[in-house]
Amino acid sequence: MRIGVLALQGAFIEHQNMLNKLGVDAFTIRNLKELSQEMDGIILPGGESTTMYKLLKDLKMESLLKNMISYGLPVMGTCAGLLLLAENIHNFESAFLKTMSITAKKNAYGKQLGSFKTLGTFNNQENIPFVFIRAPYIEKTGKDVEVLAVVDDKIVAARQNNQLATAFHPELTEDLTIHKYFLSMIKSNI
Amino acid sequence: MNERYQLNKELAQMLKGGVIMDVTNAEQAKIAQDAGACAVMALERIPADIRAAGGVSRMSDPKLIKEIQKAVTIPVMAKVRIGHFVEAQILEALEIDYIDESEVLSPADNTYHIDKTKFSVPFVCGAKNLGEALRRISEGASMIRTKGEPGTGDVVQAVTHMRLIQSEMRNVQSLREDELFNKAKELQVPYDLLKYVHENGKLPVVNFAAGGVATPADAALMMQLGAEGVFVGSGIFKSGNPAKRANAIVKAVTNYNDPKILAEISEDLGEAMVGINEEEIDLLMAERGK
Repeated sequence: MRIGVLALQGAFIEHQNMLNKLGVDAFTIRNLKELSQEMDGIILPGGESTTMYKLLKDLKMESLLKNMISYGLPVMGTCAGLLLLAENIHNFESAFLKTMSITAKKNAYGKQLGSFKTLGTFNNQENIPFVFIRAPYIEKTGKDVEVLAVVDDKIVAARQNNQLATAFHPELTEDLTIHKYFLSMIKSNI
Repeated sequence: MNERYQLNKELAQMLKGGVIMDVTNAEQAKIAQDAGACAVMALERIPADIRAAGGVSRMSDPKLIKEIQKAVTIPVMAKVRIGHFVEAQILEALEIDYIDESEVLSPADNTYHIDKTKFSVPFVCGAKNLGEALRRISEGASMIRTKGEPGTGDVVQAVTHMRLIQSEMRNVQSLREDELFNKAKELQVPYDLLKYVHENGKLPVVNFAAGGVATPADAALMMQLGAEGVFVGSGIFKSGNPAKRANAIVKAVTNYNDPKILAEISEDLGEAMVGINEEEIDLLMAERGK
């Protein structure tokens, strides 16, 4: 199994390390050529969504990535990655890739002083560490979207077929639950 | 380790591979965000103009900072004078995302830096060697940048500082464990931070390059030398075509190892900032705060 990690900006090394811990071959994607390689899944990491999307467009990677996801490539987006996937972002001028039927709220917990860590339940597994850094949350989900985690009545993780989105950063913890879940999505896809 | 400090270090992790741009008003902040900046530094005057104006340079007007916070969704940073903990309290009250305790402004204290452990908002500090970097971290900085020589458009000092920090870290890695105690004494740094460097070969926080970066090639050079991201101050809004140059530097930081892409984006950027050579300047900002 080979998984690509979008490495335009942000915390991509952290995702690579998590995948390596699970014995999975992970490679970074910085341009169109690297995006064109064969892969079984792709991770859109945390960072700044506006920066990543600008680079996706400028480096002519946007339409290929969108197609890959539309054709069923398993994708996991964390924080900024969730925003990249969202069909709507209610408090921002536009949305980005718009592949996932969710409406997100950007910087939903405010500025850095609003960042926090908590324990939550993901897909019925309890006490999973959730780290929120200037994080978004999901305000609304469309059809076929399964809610996987809720914190204080806000949706913070969801899945729509081949797309998994979390508002928090599993890659900043030692807990491999979310990455394992993503691998199981890939395995059932292959 | 306290949870707030951990979250603050983690915000810096999210900035990695990105460009943080100096901006002096909301309009520039928007240009920076649209060009792909991962954060902006709000200040009244960019370093080149601070140099030209002389006099005492202080924290920016809160009104300006608030306008910039309103204009963008990316993190907003702002500078305080070295040791001026009340300026820092004011920025914390504005809910700034990062405070830069910066040698670019006139120092408020010739001996003491701010005790950054007393704050909930994160701090980034400049360093020109490993000792300075680890001292700032022990005071509570959750991100480090090279000092370079701000406002010059001359990358030579940033290169010197980054190379020195990296080579000092390689040296620390090569020491025997029983030699670390003496090294901590020599560098005037806490033993546990030095031990972290010994074991990991890197700082316990994210390390950016700053001070004199003016071109995409400069930015890529700093990344190849081990920077995890880049601050660009005067280099953007002192150039002929700020939006285009900003965008090119963002791309250079992502594809810093790809000379073909670097060649493409370096093309036709218009006038770079004129710049001054370090030998031509009277004031070495990097010598402030050790």
